[in-house]
Parts: sequence; structure tokens; C-alpha cells
Amino acid sequence: MSRIHQAFENKKAFIGFVTGGDPDLETTEKLVIAMEEAGADLIEIGIPFSDPIAEGVVIQEANIRALSAGCTTDKLFDSVKRAREKVTVPMVFLTYMNPIYTYGKEKFMQRCAECGIDGLIIPDLPFEEKGELIGVCQTYGIDIISLVAPTSHERIRMIAEKAQGFLYVVSSMGVTGVRGKIETDIESMVKLVRESSAIPCAIGFGIATPEQATTMASISDGAIVGSAIVKLVARYGRESIGPVAEYVRSMKSAVKEAEIE
Amino acid sequence: MKGRYGLYGGQYIPETLMNAIIELEEAYEYYKNDEEFNRELDGLMREYAGRPSLLYYAEKMTKDLGGAKIYLKREDLNHTGSHKINNVLGQVLLAKKMGKTRVIAETGAGQHGVATATAAALMGMECKVFMGKEDTERQALNVFRMELLGAEVEAVTSGTMTLKDAVNETMKEWAGRVEDTHYVLGSVMGPHPFPMMVRDFQKVIGKEIKEQLQAKEGKLPDAVIACVGGGSNAMGAFYEFIPDKSVRLIGCEAAGLGVDTDKNAATIANGTIGIFHGMKSLFCQDKYGQIAPVYSISAGLDYPGIGPEHAMLAEEGRAEYVPITDNEAVEAFEYLSRTEGIIPAIESAHAVAYAKKLAPTMGKDKIIVVNISGRGDKDVAAIARYRGVKIYE
Repeated sequence: MSRIHQAFENKKAFIGFVTGGDPDLETTEKLVIAMEEAGADLIEIGIPFSDPIAEGVVIQEANIRALSAGCTTDKLFDSVKRAREKVTVPMVFLTYMNPIYTYGKEKFMQRCAECGIDGLIIPDLPFEEKGELIGVCQTYGIDIISLVAPTSHERIRMIAEKAQGFLYVVSSMGVTGVRGKIETDIESMVKLVRESSAIPCAIGFGIATPEQATTMASISDGAIVGSAIVKLVARYGRESIGPVAEYVRSMKSAVKEAEIE
Repeated sequence: MKGRYGLYGGQYIPETLMNAIIELEEAYEYYKNDEEFNRELDGLMREYAGRPSLLYYAEKMTKDLGGAKIYLKREDLNHTGSHKINNVLGQVLLAKKMGKTRVIAETGAGQHGVATATAAALMGMECKVFMGKEDTERQALNVFRMELLGAEVEAVTSGTMTLKDAVNETMKEWAGRVEDTHYVLGSVMGPHPFPMMVRDFQKVIGKEIKEQLQAKEGKLPDAVIACVGGGSNAMGAFYEFIPDKSVRLIGCEAAGLGVDTDKNAATIANGTIGIFHGMKSLFCQDKYGQIAPVYSISAGLDYPGIGPEHAMLAEEGRAEYVPITDNEAVEAFEYLSRTEGIIPAIESAHAVAYAKKLAPTMGKDKIIVVNISGRGDKDVAAIARYRGVKIYE
């Protein structure tokens, strides 16, 4: 078992995302450390990919900024390894199949283990294709975090039963990005998960405000925020550590409110 | 394993799309054996698309090259001007049976977009086509054609602004709206069941070639040549001949400015194995799996991947894949126009270019069939530009 379960022990989790190497790796390292200090219970780091088909325009542009600034998978591993010396919360990578497959599955997992990465979120690896990675992930103790979507319906049971780490509940149709309103009946989705598994589930896609974070955390085990953080990084660049830490602090306390409710 | 071609294929797509893909798979498995569906599709193919397309003996070209006899499979004569209509009529009819009311599609050269817009108009469906901004500029006529047919065209400004990015955006659009929408994927690529389904709708090309050549010559061809981007016209032309080991199957890839330059789209020549756009296949990419910005004069071949069944045929050695440069393709475009009075699509001109090389090396008793996958009207302005001629479009 990886350390992911720690993020959900006796609390609602706030999960923050940054794109690795945006605007540069040094900033990513600082952001990861600052996010933990500000209260993030789990940190997602995106390995930039040229064609991120599940991302909205905010994170897609962050991917391009990172790649243009020369971020590579190897350089990101090195940064994460340095950050891991200071960071104790679980860290996971979000990336697509191609960067993993092309790097070499075995070598990739070995480096993840070495650098203190606990799990992988891979938007283009559905349940049916998990066999591609599951063996090698087990060897190195890396969890594959599964996603369930508003269109998953009965698939939720099957996915939840085999889920590792935590379950990523996709709040809305389409791609990542800030949304004014989340209209999906997420409570029914979470109910299906609960019926099939004891796996913690956190809700992501479209969450940006403290109010949304409180609502989402109150019906699940945590809230995941990506685009709203990446927007701050886009706006403040190397100076984004302060604004991101402040934002994470406010979101963490919003998530905490859900513990009382 | 389901949807696999040797190592290649699969269903590497976001969970949001999984139920839609499963629904499609089940609907296709049902309707492909449904008598009424097949009767309707057959009717559309004959009465609307104009099938069977001609198999034309290119006598002047044959004499000029002085070797193998050359036949041209005239997919350019289909309604909408290319082979794309075969797949589109099948998929849009299927979508209608599935109760969908809206279709979306990616397009490179615009041929698939035009075909989809056409079928949507015919069958009363809403239609939106995604096209790289660069392609909307080099194929401006096709953009207006799609709009004329009632489709909405969205110019894609992300990434390299070409076919790959159009596929990305269409997938995103589909993930945002699956209930009423079917994604009419235009080639033998993407997640299962698309590579199989598109091949099945296109295999009529090879089937007709076999029958028509049997009637004219009483034998099999010695080689079938087709251009390859994603690979749908080539797969359609090849499939019937895969068991006939004496028939060479030759796919022509876009080598752009040359396979050794960084400006090409020759996936079999330069690609490595990867997982992208829903499939495991070969892709032009760097060592970290970042998809390479590819290039070809032909918007339809300007794609960094290839269908998984082609990747398998290449690995097995059952089909050969050869690179053809922009310059060779443009020369072949002009050559076929002058020699036979047939203006081929710049994509198809890649296949003509290889036939020009191959025919003289073969005996006069040998037969080559070249698939003219589309007509070249859409390319006239671009070829004029290539030759430095200024014309008003």
C-alpha cells in the first residue's frame, strides 16, 4: 500500500495540482513545498504532454509553457526527488499513456518509486486497459488512480471494486477547467462507490471557489483543484508561490468546514 | 484481445467516453449483420455515392512508363470527390439507427469533413467539423463547401493547428457531449471499434478492384498502391487482398521535404511505438513521447500516426510502406493531369508517384492498381502556389 491513504485519514482531503515545469522546474519545486505547507493533503504533479486530450485550455497551455521551457520527464523526476526530501504528503503524477509508455514502463515506475511518487492518474487509461501497467505498478508500489465520470453509470461498481489509492470522481462532462456550476448528480455517483468499496473518493473538474470545495468535500472525501491553481501560476509565473499558498490555505479551510457539517 | 492487431490497437480513451464507445461497439456488431441496415447502406452507396467506382485502364500512362499495366481505381468519382463518403455513409446511418441527432468530425484536407457534412445534410443530422486553422487556410474552398452543406466549421488553433489537433478537439467535444452525438472518425485509427469499422466500410474498394480486374483481365493484380495518412483508403484497397500473397500491397507515406529532414509525416519510416489518440500504434514522436509536429504539402496525410492494422501489416511485412516527397507528389499530380486528363488529390498523387517509379521495373504482363482516393480540384490553388503561380481562388 502506498502512502495515499494518509491523505484521507480522519479528514477531508484537499488535493492540489500543478503542471510540472510551468513556468520552470525550480518554481514547481517551490510550489509543491508551499502547497504542503499551506495544507494540501495530496499533491498532483502533471508531466507535460504535447497533446493532453482531457485538459481544458488552461492546463493545455501550461503543458505547452512547460515543454517550451525545456521540461522533460527526466528533469521533472529530478525536481520531484529534491522536493520529496522536504514533502511528506503523498504525491502523484498526472500524465498520459504516451510519456509513460515511451519512457519504458519498467524504468518509469522504478524512477517514480525512487522519487517518492505514490500513484499515477492517467486520463487515457480506462479500466479495460489497466492491464497495460498494473503488473509493473504493483512491483514498484505505485497506485493507479482510477477515474469515474458522469457517464460511467454502472461501470462505477466495477471500477470502484478494483480501485487503488483513491477514486477520482469527475464532476462534469468534457475537459478540465473552472466551471461556474456543477450540475451532475455526484451524490448518486459517490453512493455507488460507497456500495462497492471502502476506497476514499475525491471530486475534481471545475472546482475553483471555497464554496464549491466545501460542497464537494461534504459529499465525498475530498476536493481536487487544478485549473484554478494553474491560472495563478500562469498569471504570476515565478512569483506565484505566495498567491498559490494563500489560495490553497483558503481552499483547505473550506474543505475543513465540510468535516464539521 | 478485443480490437487488437498484433501488439497494436486497443481503447486508450478517457473514462467519460467509455460507455459511448461500448454502445457504438455493440450497435455496430448488431447492425453489421442486420439485413435492413445493409440494404439501406447498399442503396446509398449505389444511388447516392455512385458506386461501384470505375476501374480505369490508364493506357497512356502505361505506354509512357513502359512496364506494368496500370489501372486506376477511381474513388475520385464518388459523390463528394473521395473515398471518404464510403465510411461516412456507413457511420452516419449507424448513428441515426442509434438515435443520435448530431455528428461531429475532424478533417485534414477537408474531404472527410465535406463527406460528413454531406451525409448529415442527407440524413437530417446536425453537424460540426473541427479543422486545424492552418488547414482551413490551405483548403479554404472545402471550408465554404462544408458551410454550404449546413455544417458548422471550427478552426482549431491549438498545437500545430493541423489534423492531429483537429482530432484532439473533436475528442474533447465528444467527451463534453456524448448523449446525442456520434463522432464520425475519418480513418482506420483511434480506439476500437473505429479501426475495424472504418476498414469494413472502406473494404468495398478492394472488393470492387478484385471483381473488376477479374472481369477485365481474368487475374489478380501484382501490386496495389495507395497513399497513407491514417490509412483508410489504403486499408480499404488492401484488405480484400491480404490473403492473396502474390499481391504486393504498397502504402505511400508523406515524406514532405524528405524522410531525413524534420519536415515529414512518414510514420512507418520514422515512427516509434506509442499510445495516442486511443490506440497503440506507430507515431512520429521524440524520446519522451511528445508527439512531433509533422509536415506534408498534403493536409490529408499530415498526421503523426497511422492506423494500428497498418502498423501490424508493416511489422509482418505483408504490406510495404514507401516515403514520397512533396516534390515527387506534385510532379505526379501534374503528370496524371497531363497524361490521363485526371487531376488527382495531392494525397492520391503520392500513390501515383510511386507507381511511376515501380511500373518501369515490372514486366508488361504485370498489373498495378493505383487507388485514386480523391480528386484534385481542392488542391489546384495550393499547387499553383507551390509552383509560384498567383491565382485568384
